[in-house]
Amino acid sequence: MKFFSGLRDKLREGLRRSQEYLGGSLDTVLADERPIDDALWEELEELLIAADLGAPLAVDFVNRGREEVVFGTVTRAGQLRPLFRRFLADALAPVDRPLVLDARPSVVLMLGVNGSGKTTTCAKLAAALKRDGRHVILAAADTFRAAAIEQLEAWGQRVDVEVVRQAAGSDPAAVVFDALKAATARGADVLIVDTAGRLHTKSNLMDELAKLRRVIERQVPGAPHESLMVLDAPTGQNGFAQARTFNEAIGLTGVVLTKLDGTAKGGIAVRIVRELRLPVKLVGVGEKIDDLQPFDAAAFVDALVPEP
Amino acid sequence: MFDSLSSRLQTIFDRLGGRGRLTEDNIQEALREVRLALLEADVNFKVVRVFIERVREKAVGQDVLRSLTPGQQVVKVVHDELVELLGGSGHRLAAAAHPPTVVMLVGLQGSGKTTSAAKLARHFARQGQHPILAAADTYRPAAMEQLRTLGAQLDVPVVGAAGQTPLAICRAARDEAAARGLTPLILDTAGRLHIDEAMLDEVRAIKRELAPHHVLLVVDAMTGQDAVGVADKFNQAVGIDAVVLTKMDGDSRGGAALSVRHVTGRPIAFVGVGEKAEALEPFHPDRVASRILGMGDVLSLVEKAQQSVDQEKAQELVRKLREDAFTLEDFRDQLRQLRQMGPLDQIMGMLPLGKMLRGAPAELEGEQADLGRFDAIIASMTPGERRAPEVINGSRRQRIARGSGTTVQDVNRLLKQYAQLRKMMKQLKGMEGRLGKLGKLGGLPGFPMPRG
Repeated sequence: MKFFSGLRDKLREGLRRSQEYLGGSLDTVLADERPIDDALWEELEELLIAADLGAPLAVDFVNRGREEVVFGTVTRAGQLRPLFRRFLADALAPVDRPLVLDARPSVVLMLGVNGSGKTTTCAKLAAALKRDGRHVILAAADTFRAAAIEQLEAWGQRVDVEVVRQAAGSDPAAVVFDALKAATARGADVLIVDTAGRLHTKSNLMDELAKLRRVIERQVPGAPHESLMVLDAPTGQNGFAQARTFNEAIGLTGVVLTKLDGTAKGGIAVRIVRELRLPVKLVGVGEKIDDLQPFDAAAFVDALVPEP
Repeated sequence: MFDSLSSRLQTIFDRLGGRGRLTEDNIQEALREVRLALLEADVNFKVVRVFIERVREKAVGQDVLRSLTPGQQVVKVVHDELVELLGGSGHRLAAAAHPPTVVMLVGLQGSGKTTSAAKLARHFARQGQHPILAAADTYRPAAMEQLRTLGAQLDVPVVGAAGQTPLAICRAARDEAAARGLTPLILDTAGRLHIDEAMLDEVRAIKRELAPHHVLLVVDAMTGQDAVGVADKFNQAVGIDAVVLTKMDGDSRGGAALSVRHVTGRPIAFVGVGEKAEALEPFHPDRVASRILGMGDVLSLVEKAQQSVDQEKAQELVRKLREDAFTLEDFRDQLRQLRQMGPLDQIMGMLPLGKMLRGAPAELEGEQADLGRFDAIIASMTPGERRAPEVINGSRRQRIARGSGTTVQDVNRLLKQYAQLRKMMKQLKGMEGRLGKLGKLGGLPGFPMPRG
């Protein structure tokens, strides 16, 4: 989307620490003069696991590398680096899809486990869309957590976007119903729905979310146009179970990967893309309001495994 | 996973034939399986490496002749070693000689500090103490309102107003605690990255001035490999005394617990198991070890039953599980008890077969609201029907429905759920049978040993 700018630099800056880590260690493990032996494969495998890419992916890549060595296409350790870059790009690129918010109003349903960064992401997305000249409305559908509504309202004031809300403890479906009516009546371009955090294992809360989705579907045909699961980069392999369960219950259009400004690599996102064919659509690379960026597979690979 | 891990190990050992001892060679393949299980549970790879070495040393040379199940024996070695590394249970936050005892919570954004602060306040209040909370997160919008709301629900005072610095809020809270004789004082600080030096300075300044007796690092149980880096950095930069592991009510295997424990050497004091204020439990290393290995958390379940119901009823439950003797009247009791224990899927998550069973309880869950109707239906049955529901045919169903003011569909639903619960209990029973065998090997902690 055009309203985001300087993506590659931002993403690279945000991933710099991850890069120092993975890139730096890769330099050691894949030093060109190093013999390709079992010790190398083991270290490489551990390095990939350390990035939360998951054991299945690590094992797959190591097997792929071993094959290339057997075929003689790889003879030096350094050659494994471009091979891995291609491997990652092949996993990510085919699924790379941007946010599509062409309908009017477009409805974005933001969901995820507790503490992943949904409310902040809603605010950042609202700010980005507003900068692009779109009329945005936020719906405070997290009526459960104490002061979640106040949190979204504070953001709404900060980024100057209207927040549709009801009292704490009210039915989130009713909030969404109101917000959809407001969005239609005011001719808003985008409605962003902030939902309560929930662990994907709580079936009653998943049912509540499915109901929310049905309310949206009924009222605006074709909506929600985006159902995004917010996932924070430090999450380990459980992130995969999260994405799978939310996708089965609600139907996701993609993932937002937040908190990439820490040292975590967000490798679990690669596993989600690879095994569930769900795109990463946005990444959060910092605490500032404009630190939400569209995902770019090539930039992500560059940042994770830089060219030597 | 316990099943799959131990059966995979068993397959490996079956191939080895009747050799009597675990040797370096024949254990190699088994340890690879263990390694994968630990990595999948998000235990940090460096920790896994050290761990596997320790297990290898312990396992090699062990006598397997006496056991027909070397696979399970290896699991036992692994489990025991995990328990040992996870450290002792029941870490208590000792009271300071001069109150207030100050407890400070630190951690990454979204790890669950504010919720944990409220849970700790409730925990201390229930022990008869008079806690006070300091809302020192001045960054996240409405974080103070959140703590204030939670404090009001618990009837615990919360100090902190907009426009003050975190340090000033903590100071004011300490003064108020001293003036009103309240203890412990729980400081809820803002979430911060472990690499954000400016923010670490802030928390160091609070630590210097308030001199907290217990600095608790709050860690999300779903954290992956980076848990090691985060815990290590917080420990070095701020210094932590213990850990609170949150969001353990999901299905994450909680390998982060082992990582954090290994890298900081600090004990895990509490485990967060839900969104409500009472969802805080002491840490039990044996249970988390079982969970990391995918063996479920049956002891927690039994304990939960004891807490929510009472000792006698819990024993009754265990007995019924074992004997598979369980009537519709028991079913009514069970539904009431289960509802007191918490959402069914949460309970299922603690069981080794939880994932498999999850479909059925989802249906049970929705029906919990119908408990009154279920009472009526069961009350409209004859004693014979309650003992042997098989006899309930079409005309009996109509009679029961009429008698209870419900519909035949309601009766059918009840009977279906009763059947499902029986099936679940059979599975539990089968599990217990297998574990019984293990018990003869010396007993695996973390399993439902009969209590009392």
